[in-house]
Amino acid sequence: MSENQNTPGRDVTAPNAAAHPERFDDPGVPAHRSRLTDVDPKAAKRNERLIALIFGISCVGAIASIVVYFAVRPDGTTAGTRLSTALLGTTMAISLLGIGIAAIHWAKSLMSDHEHVDERHTLASSPEVREVAVQHLADGVEDSGIARRGVLKGAAVSALALFPLTFAVPLISSVGGDWNVSKFRHTIWERNKRLAYDPSGRPIRAADLTVGSAAHVIPEASQEEMRSHEWITEKAKAVVLLVRLNPEDLRSDQSPEGETWSYDGIVAYSKICTHVGCPVALYEQQTHHLLCPCHQSTFDMADGAKVVFGPANRPLPQLPITVDDEGYLVAQDDFAEPIGPSYWERLK
Amino acid sequence: MSTDTSPSAADAPTTPAGKAADYLDQRTSVGGAVKEFARKVFPDHWSFMLGEMALFSFVVLLLTGVFLTMFFDPSMALIEYHGDGPEAMQGQLMSVAFASTLDLSFEVRGGLLMRQIHHWAALVFMASIVVHMMRVFFTGAFRKPREINWLVGTVLMILGLAAGFSGYSLPDDVLSGNGLRITDGVVKSLPIIGSYLSYFVFGGEFPGEHIIPRLFTVHILLVPALILALIGVHLFLMVLHKHTQYPGGGRTHKNVVGYPLFPVYIAKMGGNFFIVFGILALMGATMSINNVWNYGPYDPSPIGAGAQPDWYMLFLEGSLRLMPGAGTEWVIFGYTLSLNVLIPAVVIPGLLFTFLFVYPFLEARVTGDKREHHVLDRPRNVPVRTGLGVAFLTAFVILALAGSNDLIATHFAMSLNQITWAFRILFFVGPVLGFWITKRICLGLQRKDRELVLHGHETGRIVRFANGEYIEVHRPLDEQERWLRVNYDAHKPLEIEPATDARGVKRPGYKKDKRWQKLSRFFYEDRVEPVTPAELAAAHSHGEHDEVESAQHSPELVSGAENADREH
Repeated sequence: MSENQNTPGRDVTAPNAAAHPERFDDPGVPAHRSRLTDVDPKAAKRNERLIALIFGISCVGAIASIVVYFAVRPDGTTAGTRLSTALLGTTMAISLLGIGIAAIHWAKSLMSDHEHVDERHTLASSPEVREVAVQHLADGVEDSGIARRGVLKGAAVSALALFPLTFAVPLISSVGGDWNVSKFRHTIWERNKRLAYDPSGRPIRAADLTVGSAAHVIPEASQEEMRSHEWITEKAKAVVLLVRLNPEDLRSDQSPEGETWSYDGIVAYSKICTHVGCPVALYEQQTHHLLCPCHQSTFDMADGAKVVFGPANRPLPQLPITVDDEGYLVAQDDFAEPIGPSYWERLK
Repeated sequence: MSTDTSPSAADAPTTPAGKAADYLDQRTSVGGAVKEFARKVFPDHWSFMLGEMALFSFVVLLLTGVFLTMFFDPSMALIEYHGDGPEAMQGQLMSVAFASTLDLSFEVRGGLLMRQIHHWAALVFMASIVVHMMRVFFTGAFRKPREINWLVGTVLMILGLAAGFSGYSLPDDVLSGNGLRITDGVVKSLPIIGSYLSYFVFGGEFPGEHIIPRLFTVHILLVPALILALIGVHLFLMVLHKHTQYPGGGRTHKNVVGYPLFPVYIAKMGGNFFIVFGILALMGATMSINNVWNYGPYDPSPIGAGAQPDWYMLFLEGSLRLMPGAGTEWVIFGYTLSLNVLIPAVVIPGLLFTFLFVYPFLEARVTGDKREHHVLDRPRNVPVRTGLGVAFLTAFVILALAGSNDLIATHFAMSLNQITWAFRILFFVGPVLGFWITKRICLGLQRKDRELVLHGHETGRIVRFANGEYIEVHRPLDEQERWLRVNYDAHKPLEIEPATDARGVKRPGYKKDKRWQKLSRFFYEDRVEPVTPAELAAAHSHGEHDEVESAQHSPELVSGAENADREH
């Protein structure tokens, strides 16, 4: 807005005896202010040349992009790909930005900037139009006879309500596989299944674990078994984090009365967070805390994997372990409860 | 007017362009459309191009997306990788989806560029939608007749989230795979249907072998088709309503002041498209994003520390991180209800989106306003709306920051647990503070407007009168500026019928009215009225002890007006 339109001394609303209106009046669209290019043909010419130059730079960018495409071939290294990407993208950007900047500068400096005024019209239809519309609908209802023929209406509605089933039933029955959600309960851990290092699959000897060490564990399986989707899905439930503590540091675990689920300070807990299922992978040796990097649920490995901080509510389920005749760690059984995040029928 | 369907021979076009136009018009009546739209007036303001930026980044997404689909293979079949990708990936077992992501990045020239432009465009798409929504909210552009278009826009924003999330997961890398696993955990927490919905999504147990092809269909067909259709509705309604305009001289609810579509907006909008595309190309060229070969193919066991989702998902991540777990998992009749997941992942976003969906209707109700609005509000003139908007954004930003609490902890060497606790408290306190401070600032700015209208701008010129009194000369506002500062409605709280009618009979519906009135008071109890001509005249009379006559309808201003007068 221009503040110098009124001279400082001019007082448009000097008090007078007449009553004042309730509100101010709209002063109307401000007067057009000429740009330099409106009044100075030289400036206009200068801008015209500038805009043409920018379009020209855009052309150069586009051609350069093609040149780069053929000239800079990636050499198979990451750096080569990066170079090609950077050059292709930069020349592309020059071609695009040139057009954009030139067009906008053209609009702002050379195209007329006189303001236009369009009238708005009420959106609502006029009463006459509405009346005709309502009459048309009434005529249509009358013609169809839907108001009079109740049975017909019921039959039509039934048919329309039922037909989506022909589509929905085949889709829904197949889309969830076998719909056997009880699979959440079990993993491939079983009695005497050896614990193996992830991802090598090499079985773990209890004697090889030093106090304070942690290991990412999978059930022992052949390399052949591991190359399938079934394995990935089973692994998603079966992964375990194993820690060897000083036996006197181990305050508690989840062994029930009369059973021992840990072996000589070695405890194995499900690696799947009981919050929303991220792998809980950050072990802090000093505090025996296990931290989930997704939402920072923290579990105390020395105290039954109880939750000490964060959004998880339940301890990580413990895998009962022992050693076999050869000194390898083996599972005593599957987990005693479903691993991973909670779900509605988890305890059923 | 001839009754013949074709123009008379005398009018027959002679130029090639004229002939082509005639040919087309006789078959499509395009002449009517050109007459209607070619010189259609659009108002000019930088904030009106935010929505355009969203639209243009979507166009860029479609263009680069088509390029990517030529080379991406959404298959979960497992292969051992031997290709042009980085050394670390050689010989690894991975899905074809991941391998084809490597191939289109390293073997297809320009492929990595297109992938990076596509990802950046998705981030800019969401960002411009959010900023566009902020513009619409704070200026009241959602008011009648545009409520439906606000709803369409909000649905578009949610579809944008769906598009981003489904696309992000396609390369089947460790990072996005763990994102999907979180999604699975959230889905499982839903009461009754959770487990079945998880099977519905994954075609069995997580991760299975169906999720990538399914997400691919969602990402390249379902969601973009819906987005395109709704963009059509969004733009149709925008043209039908004609664009809103900022307040100013000559701008009313009955007109639209601006520049014609052809040529000014063709050039400006077209130019804007090329600038958006150009900047995205520059980002794709120089800023690497989502280098999946650094994470590796999906394997359910590994996970990276310090992983973040794309920015628009951070609020959900933060919400999940903030919720305390202790005592929030309930067992009812043997069924498990995981409130520690449901509240942050379902209830909180549900509340945020519900606020967006209902706000236009809520505000119209408490304002008792049924008029059409085409002139935008200056945010200061509706202090409670502006405050609520800031409160909403505060909650959103705090959740997003909480989604980065581990990075804040490592970068600033602070305790993760303390940061989490600080955010837990801030999530409740921040929005209230944000609301209160914003509302006070708005009222302050309105008072400043009054002050300026009544007494003009300070000029810095000090004048001494013969009697020794010093005054500073104030320059009155010109009429355009004054109009800008006085042209608004200070809405008053709803007035309702009394509890009993003239004969003392209780009126049904009184209690409901009373509740709405209470809410209306919350909105409009504190308000600053615009200066009236009478007030201005009184201020200009320079009478030392003149009481400003009509100041009584906003008593809090009386003292302010007095003080201002004494400066003279």
